[in-house]
Amino acid sequence: MFTFEDLKAKLPDLSYEPFDINGTTGAIIPREQILDVARTMKEQFGFTNFVDALGNDRNERKMRFEVIYNIRNLSTKERVFLKVRCDERDPHIPSVVSIWSGANWHEREAFDMYGVIFDGHPDLRRMYMPDEFQYHPLRKDFPLMGVEGSIPLPVDKDFKVRMN
Amino acid sequence: MIHEEFITLEKDAPRQKIVEALLSKDTSVTLSEDSLDHEMILNMGPQHPATHGVLRVLLRLDGETIITSECELGYLHRGYEKLAENMTFHEYIPHTDRLDYISPIANNVAYCMAVEKLMHVEIPRRAQIIRVICCELARISSHLMAAGAMGMDVGALTVFVWTMREREKLYDIFDILTGARFTVSYMRIGGMAQDITSDCIKMIKDFLDGLSEATREIAALLHKNRIFIERCEGIGIMPPDEAIDIGWTGPGLRASGISYDLRRDEPYLIYPELDFDVITRTECDALARYFVRFDEVAQSVKIIRQCLDKLQLGPIFADDAKVVLPRKGEIYSSMEELINDFVLVNFGQAPPKGESYFAIEASKGELGWYLISDGTGTPWRSKIRSPSFVNLQGLSRLLEGAMISDTVAIIGSLDPIMGEADK
Repeated sequence: MFTFEDLKAKLPDLSYEPFDINGTTGAIIPREQILDVARTMKEQFGFTNFVDALGNDRNERKMRFEVIYNIRNLSTKERVFLKVRCDERDPHIPSVVSIWSGANWHEREAFDMYGVIFDGHPDLRRMYMPDEFQYHPLRKDFPLMGVEGSIPLPVDKDFKVRMN
Repeated sequence: MIHEEFITLEKDAPRQKIVEALLSKDTSVTLSEDSLDHEMILNMGPQHPATHGVLRVLLRLDGETIITSECELGYLHRGYEKLAENMTFHEYIPHTDRLDYISPIANNVAYCMAVEKLMHVEIPRRAQIIRVICCELARISSHLMAAGAMGMDVGALTVFVWTMREREKLYDIFDILTGARFTVSYMRIGGMAQDITSDCIKMIKDFLDGLSEATREIAALLHKNRIFIERCEGIGIMPPDEAIDIGWTGPGLRASGISYDLRRDEPYLIYPELDFDVITRTECDALARYFVRFDEVAQSVKIIRQCLDKLQLGPIFADDAKVVLPRKGEIYSSMEELINDFVLVNFGQAPPKGESYFAIEASKGELGWYLISDGTGTPWRSKIRSPSFVNLQGLSRLLEGAMISDTVAIIGSLDPIMGEADK
């Protein structure tokens, strides 16, 4: 069984905060240490399978955004969640693409939806929305019905001519 | 040289970011000496019949060899995660049908079980067995579609028609079971909409009896078909370590030699009691992915037969009035049930504050929901872990160095459903 105490034994200056995900192990990791933690988890604890990453808008003044990594050890069938938080004014989190290449599209999605910038990501483009789109739709302050005029729709140039 | 007119319509317009990404990508393909004379960019999709929906792929070619490729998603993005944050848990169930629209009933099961895990609800045994039957029927439906579509992509059109014939029978079963053929919305939180009838059980048995004959016919058409084998064998190779790294699950992972199946390894429902094999192949290529799917159909048949034997009379709803919608007959005859229904429909079930992740083995791989609840009737965050999205992430790796005509076979072997990948 993986515990974060074992991880702390390998990384002595790690400061983590345990977080229970409905019975599954998880922890909040400071963003400065996420790369070390990710590398140790993969290389020494066998968490090679990257399952998912998701962003979340906590809608709080401090540490507004968080990114949750869902990783798995295929031989021991264990799952662990890693959480990294960042402020709205400084929405930067180190990218883990160099460790798990599967994080690539998930981080692009989190960037698209929340505006979290993943430092060191090889190709940080929007995943779903058009490149010209100005907003981050899954933020809590983005209206459900969208912002008028934010998506350029195809214009029929002859339309006005035909109408007249 | 790269012909500018392929890239932008107007000469002065800036290049799209996706083209920049395509051109700056590293590649392991060794270019031919005069590659600059042959290099060009080809746009495939989003309106291409062989891309299984609205998938856009940009290919950078050297002659007919693909140097690098880049996918663009989002043409079917409907914002289902944003919608989920603005409706109750029950209201969201019909939306899950539209994710993987080839096997909607499995999406219902995955979502309802994720919410039940968040609310700590245990469903009765009969409901569990019916859910397993539904999941496996959905898997058969999806795998038949995948086999047919992959055959069609490489030119074997007959197979598609034959698999669609079998799927038509499945739709008839869903019609009797759920009341709808395509977007079923059959599951409810804590149970399901209605009980399975003896007529439906008989239909399922007849379907299973006919299916073995149908799979024999399909095998006879494809498995010794030289064109099909030669077009699919040895292309789109995904080594096991890279498959794990990219996060592949489902038939793709198992075709790369990793025996991992959530039904066996992270069991849910009554799967631990059932006897079935996890199909694994070691060839890692497109043909192996086809064979894994084809053999899984037989395993699903085996599972459904065991479930039908185990099926006994009993309740199909959890005994928890705070979660389960009351029956319609009770609403119209009893005041308390009417009030309960009003509260549940208008304000939703309020799960305890917290976070939860649950996934099932859907036909494409691990389909899961990460739910964050703030204690109210609507989720704070509802993240869909869709297998097609992750499986498509490996497409660029598979296409590197392949021939342009292999592209359709490789996409077909991944079996992406864009409704699910684009959310």
